[in-house]
Amino acid sequence: MCGIVGLFLKDASLEPKLGAMLTDMLITMTDRGPDSAGIAIYTRPEKGKAKLTVQSANAAEDFKTLAADLGKAIGAMITIVSKDTHAVLTLPSDMLDAARAAIREVRPTARVMSAGEEIEIYKEVGLPKDVARRFDVAHMSGTHGIGHTRMATESAVTTMGAHPFSTGSDQCLVHNGSLSNHNSVRRTLKDAGMTFETENDTEVAAAFISHKLQEGSKLGEAMEATLTDLDGFFTFVVGTKNGFGVVRDPIACKPAVMAETDQYVAFGSEYRAMVNLPGIDTARVWEPEPATVYFWER
Amino acid sequence: MQTFDLEAQGLRALNSTLHALKGQTNETAWEIINPKGSHAIAVGLDAPVDVTVRGSTGYYCAGMNKQATVRVKGSAGPGVAENMMSGTVIIDGDASQYAGATGRGGLLVIKGNASSRCGISMKGIDIVVHGNIGHMSAFMAQSGSMVVLGDAGEALGDSLYEAKLFVRGSVKSLGADCIEKEMRPEHLELLADLLKRGEADGKAKPEEFKRYGSARKLYTFNIDNASSY
Repeated sequence: MCGIVGLFLKDASLEPKLGAMLTDMLITMTDRGPDSAGIAIYTRPEKGKAKLTVQSANAAEDFKTLAADLGKAIGAMITIVSKDTHAVLTLPSDMLDAARAAIREVRPTARVMSAGEEIEIYKEVGLPKDVARRFDVAHMSGTHGIGHTRMATESAVTTMGAHPFSTGSDQCLVHNGSLSNHNSVRRTLKDAGMTFETENDTEVAAAFISHKLQEGSKLGEAMEATLTDLDGFFTFVVGTKNGFGVVRDPIACKPAVMAETDQYVAFGSEYRAMVNLPGIDTARVWEPEPATVYFWER
Repeated sequence: MQTFDLEAQGLRALNSTLHALKGQTNETAWEIINPKGSHAIAVGLDAPVDVTVRGSTGYYCAGMNKQATVRVKGSAGPGVAENMMSGTVIIDGDASQYAGATGRGGLLVIKGNASSRCGISMKGIDIVVHGNIGHMSAFMAQSGSMVVLGDAGEALGDSLYEAKLFVRGSVKSLGADCIEKEMRPEHLELLADLLKRGEADGKAKPEEFKRYGSARKLYTFNIDNASSY
């Protein structure tokens, strides 16, 4: 199984409530995936700034002087906000790649969850309600976000095996299903210069889309390509800096429901994930068609 | 009319209350409020009662139904009326995948669209869909009838046995061993009755449909193919 939720806001007045709405949706999907949970939230960017979200099993020690140490290594002013096992480092956007590279030297035990101007990813092993509480997701504001509750099939139950996966700046992907040709696709992508941190099939799908985007594809084209090159069962929900997309494999046995109003576009593995959204009773609710790409961009 | 608040009273209480209704009962009309997409609402009923669900349901609503009439005033999640034995299930909105799967009797009416695998392995149930149906519908369907006022997706009736399929709109593709067949007077008569019972007689006429059925080449043993078995 696995549960997916997603929200793309059209109405800016809902932005302060994004975290609260996503948390409610995520917790409702607990029985589809009680192993681990994760959430990607896109916030309004600060001009000229970018964010690196990092995780460590030994957060107290690893994060204590991280901002200063990393700042010194790359010669930039960095601020840090710690939340449980994660921390968000804010730095000049033109230093993002340098910071991402340097952190491997400065803190080899810290792992990068996401990098970009807007994205923050929080994911851990545990029940969705506990994961959401540890990172206080309910009080986060943002423009769009994607959450996942995991029932592991293809790789171990670890923090790094949880979704969302982020393989490109401001990009993320969550997955319900399993891929059968991920090893061969991973090899092809490695040859093309993509790097991988896990043995997980979903990371391959994320990297596949990131690679297409790097090559100049548009979000819709990159998602369309998953239908020809990835084999297996999937419902993917993808986030980019300004976009939100959904695609299901041609067999489409992994469930998906979408809802749209003037205020938002929502995704849920099941309708019950969306029942507390404002205006859901009058929303346009539909099941996305198999082998059909849906995306929204600002 | 008995009202049951699913959110306040819970699913087990709902289903055990409905299961307790046997034989002659005076409590024949029930309404379920706050379904909120919950799973397994009104499953396994076995009494001639009328149950109305005020909202959308999750997985397996009205599964294994006998005798009862269940109406959903919203959309239904996967597996609605799965393995229904008798009675009637009416969905005002859309139904998700495998609606009416393996149903052995009774009538399932979907007023919106049904998605993939509608009526998969149906064994006697009648299904009337006012909108469209998705891919692989009526896969290995054995008996009963399926009526679709809209269009059918890919591989309709793949590996079909003796179920009768009637589609008014287009069929994206036919599955293995499913063919178009002539519409004879007895089929028009059957269709007229199904449209009426499916609350669709004002929307479509029997003459507007095409009939599809099994070519009977796949499931009939053929001595010429012995080496392939």
